[in-house]
Amino acid sequence: MINLSHQRIFAILKKEFLQLLRDITTLRIMIMIPILQLLLFGFAINSDPKNMPTVVLSKENSNITRSIVSSMITSKYFEISQDINSVKEANFLLKQREIIFIVNIPKNFTRDLLRGDKPKLLIEADATDPIAIAGPLAAIKTILNRAIEKELQGVTDLKSNNPNNFELRIHRKYNPEGFSRYNIVPGLIAIVLTVTGVMMTALSLTREKERSTMENLLAMPVKPLEVMIGKVLPYIIIGYIQASIIIATAHFLFTVPIMGNLLLLGFGLLIFLLCNLALGFTLSAGAQSQMQAMQMSFFLMLPSILLSGFMFPFLGMPKWAQVLGSLLPSTYFIRIVRGIMLKGANFYEILPNIYPLFIFLIVITFIAMKIYKKTLD
Amino acid sequence: MNSNPLAIDVKNLSKSFAGKQVIKDVSIQVPRGKIFGFLGPNGSGKTTTIRLICGLLTANSGSGTCLGYDIFNNSENIRAKTGYMTQKFSFWEDLTIKENIEFVADMYSIKNSQERVEEAIHNLGLKDRENQLAGKLSGGWKQRLALAACILHKPDLLLLDEPTAGVDPKARRDFWDEIHKLAAQGLTVLVSTHYMDEAERCNEIIYIANGQIVTKGTISEVIAASGLYTAVVKGSNLNYLRNTLEKDSRLASVAPFGDSLHVCAQNKEALESAIGPYVNNSEYSWTYETASMEDAFIHFMSQAEKKRKVSK
Repeated sequence: MINLSHQRIFAILKKEFLQLLRDITTLRIMIMIPILQLLLFGFAINSDPKNMPTVVLSKENSNITRSIVSSMITSKYFEISQDINSVKEANFLLKQREIIFIVNIPKNFTRDLLRGDKPKLLIEADATDPIAIAGPLAAIKTILNRAIEKELQGVTDLKSNNPNNFELRIHRKYNPEGFSRYNIVPGLIAIVLTVTGVMMTALSLTREKERSTMENLLAMPVKPLEVMIGKVLPYIIIGYIQASIIIATAHFLFTVPIMGNLLLLGFGLLIFLLCNLALGFTLSAGAQSQMQAMQMSFFLMLPSILLSGFMFPFLGMPKWAQVLGSLLPSTYFIRIVRGIMLKGANFYEILPNIYPLFIFLIVITFIAMKIYKKTLD
Repeated sequence: MNSNPLAIDVKNLSKSFAGKQVIKDVSIQVPRGKIFGFLGPNGSGKTTTIRLICGLLTANSGSGTCLGYDIFNNSENIRAKTGYMTQKFSFWEDLTIKENIEFVADMYSIKNSQERVEEAIHNLGLKDRENQLAGKLSGGWKQRLALAACILHKPDLLLLDEPTAGVDPKARRDFWDEIHKLAAQGLTVLVSTHYMDEAERCNEIIYIANGQIVTKGTISEVIAASGLYTAVVKGSNLNYLRNTLEKDSRLASVAPFGDSLHVCAQNKEALESAIGPYVNNSEYSWTYETASMEDAFIHFMSQAEKKRKVSK
């Protein structure tokens, strides 16, 4: 495997590129997939919904509580049904997803507020769809403050006091971790690259088998690693293009922040791409037809979406699912992207997620070289 | 290492797939610079044998060298000096003629590949179509492209697996002229075929059936080995005669050729006694001839078929 030939690697690289460019449909799909997925995940799932059904359970009927309700209505985020008064009924509706929010105003709210006793105001939210509640919850504090401030005009000593004259408690029910699209969009890079990367490399080798050009390739003095490098490189470039499209769209269209270093992200991306492409190559070495390779990559796609922490919080999964999830490269890459984009993580902070990818890459390349057959046996 | 005067020298090769033995004790010796024809019915193991020789498959048992290199441990060296033309067109149909040839040139690490590629395209006579996709070529042109690509790296051995299947007679003749030209330059050729005229253009032939070599040698040796005596009959009601004679166990084969019928038997007495009742019938005119290559071929084929049925 030492003593690789540049001429041969470059020849395979060139051949793959030419074949790729002739297959316009596939190329179009490769470009369309990230855009389509992004639009679906970003837009189809309403990112800033209004008129969320809400119940206000008020143990007090005062100017302030009335002002709170009317401010909530004018904010357009909440649609308040006032005729429900029992806690039991409200909770039932919340569980049924008939309503999304319950606002609990305690007894003596106005009195405690005036005394400076910091009364507690509790909002229970159905967080199964975290994107849906993100907007209203972000706005509620301001809405409440304005309503209270307006009512308290004239009560000078309180007004000049701390604006936090009450305590707002938000109880996210059913989904305590609470994703947002900030979380989904970076994770989407991992999913898109897994799906297209694994599938395309898997297909590129099985295509040779199906068209019986494999026999010809095997009859030539080309080494497995040369074939692998030549076949994988074009998809690294495509992977970078796909990732750039997603990141740019995420940043400019969905205003997902990029807190960290893009070069660092590019580095993580390289290792992740290599992992996927090597994986695709390995699958294709085991598959006999393009159909089989396709099925194998789909088989891999579902756990990548479900177990990697993309869809469900990783720590919230049962232990066995976490173990399965830790075998997937996307699990680590999702953490890397989220870390860099959302939290501005530096190299040392992403390192714990880089080295598992390295191990994965080495192991999978080794397996690929083992099962890539130099003969037709 | 390369002092072996035999380009192919394999002994007792056996190969089975999923427990089914497809090659049994096949030994082949091909001297350098010769053209050997490889004949046998479909599924007899020709392709498998060729793949074993060039290292695309690994034999379960046996031994041998190809171009002086061990077929088990040195297949990389064999590949570098062998041109293998697969039965099915196996070049990249979504690459152009030129790109295919360039790719092959690079795979064999040919220096100054551009010159060689130009030369190959020129020899092919495809200069004006070099940018056409290989998949768009007709069958005959695909064969020529495949041959050009196979000999691009100037191999010492050419393995051709039914290279002219589905190609018109003119293209076949051109193809064989090219093969002879190459052999004259010292190239060794092993070519599998179903065509009698092609078999007759080989220096020697090897006949294989059910994974075993039945006979080998020059054309006359193979015909002699068949031990056939042939009578050729012409006449009006040959179909009736054919149906009757086919049931006769004394005869080896009865086969129609155009307006005549070839009746073959293993010995003269059997032939004479079988056709005896019809020899003096004025409807038929009989002549005794030496068996043709095709008679021998059909004879071997039906013998192999009988053997296979018996072993079942």
